[in-house]
Amino acid sequence: MPIEKEKILSVEPERIREKSRFVLDGMDISGHWNRMFEQRVLWGYEPDRLDQVTKLDGGESLGWCYQCGKCVGVCPVDVVGDYGPRKIFRKVQSGIDLFTDDDLWLCTTCGNCLRVCPKEVDMIQIMPAVREQAVLEGHMPPELQDAFEKTAKYGNPLGEPARKRADWTREAGVEVPILAKTKRAVDVLWWVECYPAYHPRGREASRALARTLAALGIDFGIVGVDEKCVADSQRLAGEKGLFESLAEDNVKTLAKYEFRRLMVTDPHAYNAFKNEYPKHGGSYDVVHYTQLLAPLVSKVEWKKTLAARVTFHDPCYLGRHNGEYEAPREILRAIPGVEVVEMFRCRQNGYCCGGGGGGMWLDGFNAPHLEERLSERRVREAVEVGADVLAVCCPFEVSRFEDAVKSTGNEGKLVVRDIIELVDEARGARQ
Amino acid sequence: MAADVAVVVEHLNGTIAEVSFEMLGQGKRLAAALGGKLRAIVLGRDARAAAEACGTADAVLYVEHEALGGFDPEAHGKALAALCAESAPAVVLVGNSSKGMDLAPDLAVALGVPVVTNVGAVAIEGGTIVATSRLYGGKIHAEVQVAGGRAVLSVLAGAFPAEAGKSDRPAAVEGVAPPADLASRIAFQRLIEPEAADVDITKEDVLVSVGRGIQDKDNLEIVQELADALGCPLSASRPLVDLGWMPKSRQVGKSGVTVKPKLYIAIGISGAPEHVQGMKDAATIVAINSDPKAPIFDVAHYGVAADLFDVVPALTEKVRELKG
Amino acid sequence: MNGNEPSPGETLMNIVVPLQQTPDLVEELEINADGTDIDRDAVTLQLSEWDGQALEEALLLKEAGAGSVTAVTIDGGEADAILFTALAKGVDRAVKLKPSGDAPTGLDHHALARLLAAAVAQLGADLVLTGVQSVEDLDGQLPVLLAAMLGWPHVSVVTGTELRGGAIAVKQEYSGGVMAELEARLPAVIGIQAARQAPRYAPVSKVRQIQKTAKLEEMPVEAPSGEAGLKIRRVFKPEIAGRAEILEGEPAEIAAKLVSLLKDRGLAI
Repeated sequence: MPIEKEKILSVEPERIREKSRFVLDGMDISGHWNRMFEQRVLWGYEPDRLDQVTKLDGGESLGWCYQCGKCVGVCPVDVVGDYGPRKIFRKVQSGIDLFTDDDLWLCTTCGNCLRVCPKEVDMIQIMPAVREQAVLEGHMPPELQDAFEKTAKYGNPLGEPARKRADWTREAGVEVPILAKTKRAVDVLWWVECYPAYHPRGREASRALARTLAALGIDFGIVGVDEKCVADSQRLAGEKGLFESLAEDNVKTLAKYEFRRLMVTDPHAYNAFKNEYPKHGGSYDVVHYTQLLAPLVSKVEWKKTLAARVTFHDPCYLGRHNGEYEAPREILRAIPGVEVVEMFRCRQNGYCCGGGGGGMWLDGFNAPHLEERLSERRVREAVEVGADVLAVCCPFEVSRFEDAVKSTGNEGKLVVRDIIELVDEARGARQ
Repeated sequence: MAADVAVVVEHLNGTIAEVSFEMLGQGKRLAAALGGKLRAIVLGRDARAAAEACGTADAVLYVEHEALGGFDPEAHGKALAALCAESAPAVVLVGNSSKGMDLAPDLAVALGVPVVTNVGAVAIEGGTIVATSRLYGGKIHAEVQVAGGRAVLSVLAGAFPAEAGKSDRPAAVEGVAPPADLASRIAFQRLIEPEAADVDITKEDVLVSVGRGIQDKDNLEIVQELADALGCPLSASRPLVDLGWMPKSRQVGKSGVTVKPKLYIAIGISGAPEHVQGMKDAATIVAINSDPKAPIFDVAHYGVAADLFDVVPALTEKVRELKG
Repeated sequence: MNGNEPSPGETLMNIVVPLQQTPDLVEELEINADGTDIDRDAVTLQLSEWDGQALEEALLLKEAGAGSVTAVTIDGGEADAILFTALAKGVDRAVKLKPSGDAPTGLDHHALARLLAAAVAQLGADLVLTGVQSVEDLDGQLPVLLAAMLGWPHVSVVTGTELRGGAIAVKQEYSGGVMAELEARLPAVIGIQAARQAPRYAPVSKVRQIQKTAKLEEMPVEAPSGEAGLKIRRVFKPEIAGRAEILEGEPAEIAAKLVSLLKDRGLAI
């Protein structure tokens, strides 16, 4: 929200001091040349707004901002709007109520600001802390509330029945062992997560991954209907209680099975299992599917050359948050015929798709504050480098980018594929 | 008398609700099956005019009283109960409308007879009343047999053809004195007419209508584009209006308006009875819904059981191509 | 009776909100073995959508200073979760009704109303708000049956309420956006179609905290016998009449077929 609206006051006539006849050092400065104003009072200023944020657990670092502005240049939201942590600090300092302001929901917790911040102002702590209070007080966008309610009720934010969670396996073309039925130890327990289990495009990638795992002879299994949303994005969007309750359930569920490694399709789940679940009694050797497959690419039997110029979009929660930039690229480079080109914002400076931190469920609410969606900007960047495939490895991204390809008029120029779908195609397995 | 059928006629501002004609038509058939007469019942401050439009009935009983001016559930309930207690019809048909919801169960308790709600079909089998109730959003039906040979049936709008209940025959109207006691703890205060709408969707030839399947307010753009390409307005099912995504003036269905366009394209609408009653008479209905079992396919002429996010943009494109 | 002492000159009411658990239609419903009911062992129960609206409206009245809100539901199923959530949203009391015998199913609203009428009397309610309908309305809508058994006035399909002394002003919704304003003397039963605002969210942490600290009250009630006078002959999934001609293929093919169909019929294109 532009700060000018509330803060700039028109000059009241009684504050104007102006001599109609005034000569100073022999120079005639009569009239408006000598106009002065009495000091004005900022009546809209709320000095304790900043304190309300910094006294929260996790909110402290907002007070450390010294306005250098490095964050604004790298903030993906500022690129398509008027945002950035520096601006948030300044607005809160000068009195906006972040707890009820629309600005609260724009941050995708992508983490690029923290990377460059000399003062370690940590929006990944600040925003969830403030959002948590807002949610407790009932202030949240309705579409986000809907995602929370569905997650609480069905164990997934799409509102799909829990008992259909493993339905995607039927058309995988290979057997996908469900551990509740097979009751045996596995090397790799694959945590599928919600979008790969329910979203039509996510399901396609899941089937491709199942076929690849089977072809590589990996001993794997999935949990099936007892798996519930890891809910890391719900946590970052302010529903910490929901996250904790699901974490307790999921830790209990995982305790029932014997496995060596926990493989995830979703970088947000990766982040939660690696960095949050240990606080809730669950410590696992967690790998992203690209990390599991990258060392095995020499064993893949390639049957097709793809002849594609591919650019890769780093998921924030795999790259910047957890330091994995190479595994996805190693796989892409191994696919016959694939030429990998980089977008100018990549790796540590990768641009955010807009889906993180609850953004997945806030497109409608945030739209009036943005010139275009972050995913649309990213699609333009992919087209700019002449890519014909935008490769991704986060389940939020396929549908977000496919929508953006259509809305930016780039249909026919660019396709969006999960890395595993490219692998599946080059293996000649795609059905 | 216990073979007669009574229809409670609903009217507002001089207009008789369509469901009342539907019930008159069906009532006529039931009365014939029972070997009794069909009576229409009209209550109001000025009920005679409405009574005269019910020529299908063998007799039209109307009760006029100041207390029956606006719809006061208690006063109307008392007048209706008194009338039915006296004439003791075997079957009383009441529309499952806002007013009917207040009247039907109340009347059943007052008369000590069973009530069947959401009735979509009714038959007389060897003197026994058998009604089918559409439950669970129309996904499951229950066929029930009524004990004791008398029942109040709360009938879904659109379940029976209205034509059968319309007649130019002069009605045999009979004014009936209201019961002595119409005292009520409810006071009707005023009618609130809707604000003038931006678009009157009842007058459109083509409607693109959208429901819960759209998932996200932002996605409305996809259907808006199709509507723009077709040059028609968007309408909606109730959930989207309740969410504030669409204005009330665009709501099709029970609590919205009834539309009869030449073409109605239902997108992401499951087809609950409340919606269907507001659009089933459209000349051509196209339904796009990812659930092949959605009841909307029951009323649609053409169905697409696929993801609307794939089909709608493709359709928009094709329409644009054709329209140049 | 409700723990809130009325201050001089004002009467605080006790608003009772009966909450029904009904099958979640997101799940596919199945029919039981003898074909006379849905398979109740297989359903997922949830708070009836309209009862959620009634609860919200009651909370809005409470926040406007009306008095206290008591949520009641029949024990079993999701009762605990529903009542703890109601407490997290701000109700003052949460009461589980424990029937002496089998609880009536959702298809017997007469029995349900009889049971609730006893509870409402015992709780000393001044006002009952509940969902105007449910997905299981076979033998009459619950609020009207309840009112009839209590001998109270009732108004259905209400989308907004306001307390005015010993009466409640309500907006009753007709079709086509037409509404009526009525005033009912209390005690009364109001069937809520929609609250003035969307039902509030109960943050999970609040619900969990309440689960640890609050205790649900229990109230024994007589299990009523059937009085609806209906015999369910069969419960069935309606045959899709097959009226729709289903178009198949890739999205582009479907679109092409549809457009040519509409064009042939001179519709819109």
